[in-house]
Amino acid sequence: MKKRALVMAAALAWSGASFAQEVSDDVVKIAVLTDMSGTYSDLSGQGGVVAAEMAIADFGGKVLGKKIELISADHQNKADVAATKAREWFDAEKVDMIAGLVTSSVALAVQEVGKQKNRMTIVSGAGSSRITGEDCAPTGLHWTYDTYALAVGTGNAVVKEGGDTWFFLTADYAFGQSLENDVSNVVKAKGGKVLGSVRHPFPASDFSSYLLQAQASGAKVIGLANAGNDTMNAIKQANEFGIIDAGQQMAGLLVFITDVHSLGLETAKGLLLTTGFYWDFDDQNREWSKRFFEKHKAMPTMVHAGVYSSVLHYLKGIEKAGTDAADKVVVEMRNMPVDDFFGRGGKLREDGRMVHDMYLAEVKKPADSKSDWDYYNIKQVIPGDEAYRPMDKGGCPLVKK
Amino acid sequence: MDIFSIPSQVWFGQLLIGLINGAFYAVLSLGLALIFGLLNIINFAHGAQYMMGAFLAWIGLTYLGINYWVALVLVPIVVGITGVIIERTMLKHLYKMDHLYGLLLTFGLALVIEGLFRHFYGVSGQPYSIPDSLKGGTNLGFMFLPNYRAWVVVASLVVCFFTWYMIERTRIGAYLRAGTENPELCQAFGINVPLMITLAYGYGVALAAFAGVLAAPIFQVQPLMGSNLIIVVFAVVVIGGMGSIMGAIATGLALGIVEGLTKVIYPPASSTIIFMIMVVVLLIRPAGLFGREQ
Repeated sequence: MKKRALVMAAALAWSGASFAQEVSDDVVKIAVLTDMSGTYSDLSGQGGVVAAEMAIADFGGKVLGKKIELISADHQNKADVAATKAREWFDAEKVDMIAGLVTSSVALAVQEVGKQKNRMTIVSGAGSSRITGEDCAPTGLHWTYDTYALAVGTGNAVVKEGGDTWFFLTADYAFGQSLENDVSNVVKAKGGKVLGSVRHPFPASDFSSYLLQAQASGAKVIGLANAGNDTMNAIKQANEFGIIDAGQQMAGLLVFITDVHSLGLETAKGLLLTTGFYWDFDDQNREWSKRFFEKHKAMPTMVHAGVYSSVLHYLKGIEKAGTDAADKVVVEMRNMPVDDFFGRGGKLREDGRMVHDMYLAEVKKPADSKSDWDYYNIKQVIPGDEAYRPMDKGGCPLVKK
Repeated sequence: MDIFSIPSQVWFGQLLIGLINGAFYAVLSLGLALIFGLLNIINFAHGAQYMMGAFLAWIGLTYLGINYWVALVLVPIVVGITGVIIERTMLKHLYKMDHLYGLLLTFGLALVIEGLFRHFYGVSGQPYSIPDSLKGGTNLGFMFLPNYRAWVVVASLVVCFFTWYMIERTRIGAYLRAGTENPELCQAFGINVPLMITLAYGYGVALAAFAGVLAAPIFQVQPLMGSNLIIVVFAVVVIGGMGSIMGAIATGLALGIVEGLTKVIYPPASSTIIFMIMVVVLLIRPAGLFGREQ
């Protein structure tokens, strides 16, 4: 076996020049740029690197006979840090594709760098719908979820269940504003009303003041247009102040399974949320997730699953295109469905959006949870075409009118 | 009656919330002010020590079954001892040097401590529930006051008053103050000054840990919880007057209230209002509201 590989490698090396042109620098270099130490490092971080490693291993470790290399770095949730790193990677380190990218401002900045250098960027962590809207790029893909899909999933479901008046607690930056805006549109379209909102600094720890304002508004639903620890603290304190017992409903608009794990079911029970992936949905998901768990000691979030799927599909794209040139690879990636447990036949659009099914989940009561990480009841599968914004509504200049 | 078109009921609620947060600021800034006043060290590890307090409470409950009330006493002692070790092995070499060295050392320590906790527990935080005896709350008419928050205010005020009394009104406190004013002379009178300084740092650190245990049931217990808070607490100390015990307590409470009200009037400014006040205070009274000009 080893011998044969050696002979093949020698043959490939011999066939030489033409191949070398096809895969630049004789190596496909994938870089995971993510939050390794900050607020989002549990939902992405090292787990994203593990997922990318798994994708490369599952693909076979080589593409077009060339080695696949993986590197990673911490973007610290700062757009300038991330853009500098991306430039260095593309220019000096011969990186072909950057995956991960957890903060919206970071994702937008790095996508812009990729566009200038004709290299691929695949966003799996950040949520702003601008990534495939007005700021879309030919080499920039958005894989896991976006604020529009979250709004459609959770917003629709909550209004349908009678929650027709809303008050928002919004993290005061690109992501929070985008999310509040997208959910407001959904609520209004369904005949509901937005009674008010308060923009809190990011990150915040004490939410009692904002919660009292939300309570005073008399809205049926308190929408949390924030993420991570902000969302968790808000939910925890809403419990403490008796807001949930008094009848107001909390809607976490972006909740990851690691958040629920850390809040505990006693506090999080009954929460409605939209996710792009749940590990316990079916056998396919369970099989991959258990392998992931063995390496990472925690179940995968949708971001981890998204990184896996995006890296795998990227490698398939290279194989099909016979080159790692971004503009050619992206065309092949678009031409074939995203066939893995995450994509389930998802398709990649011209504006960079990967359209796949989303899931509306409800957090279980402690009594209904049978094992560790058994947290969600999947209430509804939202078909990709309903979950994501129609391509002509996003304002992406690449889309032919 | 409406003020700024906000009903007066909301105002009462926000005042009370401000007071609760102010109580946290008071305990934390008291520890900082104490350490600065007595040791001349700007303790940047304070936020990390506050986090350690919350984390040890959680670890105690999860792995050892130590309940909240025991943790409230035990954890500050344990974290205080780590403070004593830090003082004995590292800080004591820096007293003669510029403030900057103490600041850099403690800042480095904070990064190391936070990094260690992050490595082992991740950043998402751990749940710590409110002790059963303090669950529930009282409806005050204008707002629902959780019993636990009421307890936080009482506990903080008692600890603040106790500390102030000990330093300003007892013989030990007098020795301590004399020891920092003129260590050589004090030592000549047979007082063990280095020991007192060590204990003072340990006590300041224990105060941070105490605030951490109080905070554990309210906030998610996570490695970065202190770093978000510490900058505000520094501003509180500067406004109150570096090293002023009373200043730290009074300013902590007052700024909690100011911040609370800002969250109603103009929320985006709530993270900056304290610093704006700091700028104004420093322009008018460079030594802080309660500080003495030197």
